[in-house]
Amino acid sequence: MSLYQDVIIAGFGGQGVMLIGNLLAYAGMEHGLNVTYIPVYGPEMRGGTANCTVVVSDDAIGSPIIRNPKSLIIMNRPSLDKFQPQLVDGGVLVVNSSLVDPALADASRVRLVPVACNEIADGLGNTRMANMVALGAFIEATGVLPLSVVEESLSHVIAKHYSHLIPKNAEALRAGANAAKG
Amino acid sequence: MSAKRIFIKGNEAIAHGALDAGCRCYFGYPITPQNDIPEMLSSAMPAAGGEFVQAESEVASANMLLGAAACGVRAMTTSSSPGVSLMQEAISYMAGSDLPGVVVNMNRGGPGLGDIGPSQGDYFQSVKGGGHGDYRTLVLAPGSCQECYDLTFEAFDLAFKYRNPVLILGDAIVGQMKEPVARREALPIDPAEGGNWKLTGRGQRAPRILKSLFLEDGALAGQNLRLRDKYAAMAAEVRFEAFETADADLVVVAYGSIGRIVKSTVRALRAEGLKVGLLRPITLFPFPEAALRDLAGQGKRFLTIEHNLGQMVDDVRLAVRGLADSEFFGFLPGNMPTPEDFDAPVRAAVKGA
Repeated sequence: MSLYQDVIIAGFGGQGVMLIGNLLAYAGMEHGLNVTYIPVYGPEMRGGTANCTVVVSDDAIGSPIIRNPKSLIIMNRPSLDKFQPQLVDGGVLVVNSSLVDPALADASRVRLVPVACNEIADGLGNTRMANMVALGAFIEATGVLPLSVVEESLSHVIAKHYSHLIPKNAEALRAGANAAKG
Repeated sequence: MSAKRIFIKGNEAIAHGALDAGCRCYFGYPITPQNDIPEMLSSAMPAAGGEFVQAESEVASANMLLGAAACGVRAMTTSSSPGVSLMQEAISYMAGSDLPGVVVNMNRGGPGLGDIGPSQGDYFQSVKGGGHGDYRTLVLAPGSCQECYDLTFEAFDLAFKYRNPVLILGDAIVGQMKEPVARREALPIDPAEGGNWKLTGRGQRAPRILKSLFLEDGALAGQNLRLRDKYAAMAAEVRFEAFETADADLVVVAYGSIGRIVKSTVRALRAEGLKVGLLRPITLFPFPEAALRDLAGQGKRFLTIEHNLGQMVDDVRLAVRGLADSEFFGFLPGNMPTPEDFDAPVRAAVKGA
């Protein structure tokens, strides 16, 4: 069975959805896979929500743009409203339950992974790492890549002047993965 | 080829491809969705010992390209649709003067200012000359970030081989998306390139004139015939990707970003057992007409899919004329295409009339 996973990552501008999209795709490349990353590029951006699509595959990738993704990382309520209906049946839905009521997720149709990303990140010392917590949960829930590859990729996507934050971000990834183990 | 892949946007891949091919002059004026190219080159070009100029307009940057080309320098300008329209006069002069240069158009929606999203509305402008006069440019259409790099890298050799402008026709999708890209060994700068025609200061040698004006009786006819032969010789450069065409009943023809998105549709329908394939032209001029004609001769049917109201479909129909026809499905700019958007039209075309 060939490896294929795609995900739409969505949230408010500033929640770092583009950063974890880049990180996931970079890690996929480091793992020897084909990857595509595409940021949303349209009027939605101006409305305050941001999203990107990442595809990871061991085969050549056709479309980088996905209408019905196999998984979602949802960081805020408007993103859930917009993208949940597009998620395939049985798809993985990582929801930031700090900001989105998990009861809004259609748990009978999709595989819900609620994670209190903001609280967990807060507990580690910085709410802004909520994105890393969510990505860690996604990696655990899908098994698409080893978490260690994602951790090792941090230094390639985080700007040099923030490199002192890398160990904490790695911790946030692991905390997210643990939370997804339930 | 270096084993280590880098993770970059298609726009950045174009900038890397140009630098590694020995491009040492860049002229441009900002426009979305290609600004990553001048952004990167504004520091990388001087670092490589080259010249980066943010011109006062696209008219100026294209004429600077002409000037650099006349000096035999590997040079490039990049823009997007409205800016490329402004460059057409200079491109025509370059074609008329047999000057090599690389022009990148990351196609956005039109006409007019249109929008900043992807479109293939500039196909006609790209492959039928674009400016005034009877000329052609080589047109390369990348469908991936790797192709953005490779085709830009090779565009400079092609430009100098034919002494002709080469156009890279991408769009806002391939420009903005990121993929792993493998870089090649950088080409050494060849100071002898263009040695028998470029302007270097006359010194003791015979004078040289680079011009597109031919007023003597019959002279322009001779120039046009010579250009015709040059464009005919470019047929040797034709490139395309054929995917699952061998046993296909229906061949979908699509280029660039749309080509790769359609590939996903074709794969999904193949998995259902539908006999459908894809021919993705990588060179739009020269157009892969022999390959299409060959498929038509095998009795296959055609569906052309574009991100416009129907332009390349004319060239597909010309290629298969007398043997077959092509249906057309146009996805319109202002929307982001997904493989599902092409599902119904491809299914309908497979079933046939």
